Amino acid sequence: MELVVASSVGVLTAGGVYLILRLRAFPVILGLALLSYAVNVFLFATGRLAINAPPVLQLYGEASYTDPLPQALVLTAIVISFGMTAVLVMVALGAYLEADDDRIDLEPDEEAQAETTAKKETGA
Amino acid sequence: MTHWIIAPVILPALLAPIIGFVMRHDIGLARAASFAGTIALLAISVGLTVMAAGGETFVYELGNWPAPFGIVLVLDRLAAVMLLLTALLAIVVLLHATATGWDARGRHFHALFQFQLMGVMGAFLTGDAFNLFVFFEVLLIASYGLMIHSGGRVRMKAGLQYVVMNLAGSTLFLFALGTVYAATGTLNIADLAEKVRALPVEDAALVRVAAVLLMMVFAIKAALFPVQFWLPATYSNAPAPVAALFAIMTKVGAYAIIRVHTIVFGPDVAVTDGLTATWLMPAAVITLAVGAVGVLGARRLMPLLSFAVVGSMGTMMIAVAAFTPYAMTSALYYLVHSTFSAAALFLLADLVVSRRQGGDLLRAEPPTVQNGLFAALFFAGAIGMAGMPPLSGFLGKLMILDAMKPTPEMVTAWVAILVGSLVTIVGFARAGSILFWKATAMAPDASEEADAAAEPNAEADAARRPAGEDAAKRPAGAMEVAPTVLALAMLVVLAAGAGPVAQYLEAASGQLFDPAGYVSAVLGGQGEAGQ
Repeated sequence: MELVVASSVGVLTAGGVYLILRLRAFPVILGLALLSYAVNVFLFATGRLAINAPPVLQLYGEASYTDPLPQALVLTAIVISFGMTAVLVMVALGAYLEADDDRIDLEPDEEAQAETTAKKETGA
Repeated sequence: MTHWIIAPVILPALLAPIIGFVMRHDIGLARAASFAGTIALLAISVGLTVMAAGGETFVYELGNWPAPFGIVLVLDRLAAVMLLLTALLAIVVLLHATATGWDARGRHFHALFQFQLMGVMGAFLTGDAFNLFVFFEVLLIASYGLMIHSGGRVRMKAGLQYVVMNLAGSTLFLFALGTVYAATGTLNIADLAEKVRALPVEDAALVRVAAVLLMMVFAIKAALFPVQFWLPATYSNAPAPVAALFAIMTKVGAYAIIRVHTIVFGPDVAVTDGLTATWLMPAAVITLAVGAVGVLGARRLMPLLSFAVVGSMGTMMIAVAAFTPYAMTSALYYLVHSTFSAAALFLLADLVVSRRQGGDLLRAEPPTVQNGLFAALFFAGAIGMAGMPPLSGFLGKLMILDAMKPTPEMVTAWVAILVGSLVTIVGFARAGSILFWKATAMAPDASEEADAAAEPNAEADAARRPAGEDAAKRPAGAMEVAPTVLALAMLVVLAAGAGPVAQYLEAASGQLFDPAGYVSAVLGGQGEAGQ
């Protein structure tokens, strides 16, 4: 159980980080989605792993139970990351439609143009 | 009476949807509502500041659930100062956005503006780490909308980068919070302070990881090295009034570092012994260096100002990293100062850039209509930002230098701040002389050439200068200049009233370095509730 949870968090994070470092918007969005899955699973595990135990402690004592708070946190995190991903897709779409390509970096030629113009003007 | 504590969050939260849904077709109505809301917010903030001045820590339990089970809002002097600062800045920015018509160049400016205020206010008030995350998301999602307000190719691309950067940051924040919870079993800041102090040093590993992760997350927001790189691209491509409003966003990150790393992981905590200061000091020094070099090397005005913001964050965090009460006082004073000076410069830049052929490109071209006025304002703003007398930046830096004197990092801090200031001054002098001074030497007919040279950048500039050609010839009205003057006036007030302001901030940092007061105020009711 621990091995499965830990390795899935690790693999999802690794995949997410790799995809975020790509140059195109689409893999980056996928990468962020993977990262948010990873963090959700991670948050689940922060309340310690307990199997077949009720989420709220009924009776005080030695009864085994699952910490309910991380579940609430995960719920919040899922809602937020879902909303954020939607916003991200809309912004990426807007940027794609404006620029006609989905490269995620600012074009260097633009900076270079600005620089050469500046040199021409001020260096003279 | 204590119900007023939640008012700064509730008011914009209610106002924003009303503006967004009911008033979306009537910009006049939206402006009126937005102004009314922001002025009310200012009044509430003043009231809360007066309330907190007594030194009591006020706690508002949401849903009347006692801490640490429920979420609490906590009002102490520091939170009150930040609220007041935000409200004042919001008024200035709103005036500018309305007077220059920026708010009408895209949709939902005022609704997003109010949501942004809600997030910022909430982040300053909350006493719960997970709630802090939620308010961060609120202010971020509003800032995404504001950042790409009025669109444009370059701005959309920069906006996409900004969103991606912050989503990655949010994920990191969640990892940090998960680690905190796994190590301590709580997320209430006051409860965390107790639990972390009670933790045996042998079990410190997880808490130390959490402390550094949290600092990393806040450092992203505060634009500290090595995660400062998003700021210049974002601020220089955002609409200028939005960039001015964003001056408070870096301060949210700084505030979170100050709050969490004094109350929870403070210098007196055994398990994280000195960990924060060890990493924060070099990061702050390098941030200052990056900012200063950026100011010197910038080829456009907006990136230059953005790097100046980075530099000011570095200066401030050097003082924070000392973690002494006096240094914290000076850092808070500088925080207030740098917010207004950055806002003033961004607002002024908007007035100048929208009237120039080449946009914000730093090159000589014929003078704009009110060259003298703009030059004077830029001079004042640059003096403020670089930290020269007589404005408050000088006093702020003087206090920081004085506060760093007894610390072991004195030499590093003094060299960094003094050399950084010098380089910043040179950078601003260069920009000012190119923009305003050389302009007066140019004959008006040279504008044809300048026009032709600007052609390759036409598209990029159009994004920054949507007002069009007609606006370029139009002198700025009194209402358009007023917000810039107002922001600069704040610096004068801050300098003139340095005594009382510093006293209040000293009391605020005194509260910060006495976590027991904070903890007992928040968890005071716990005894009864537990029985």
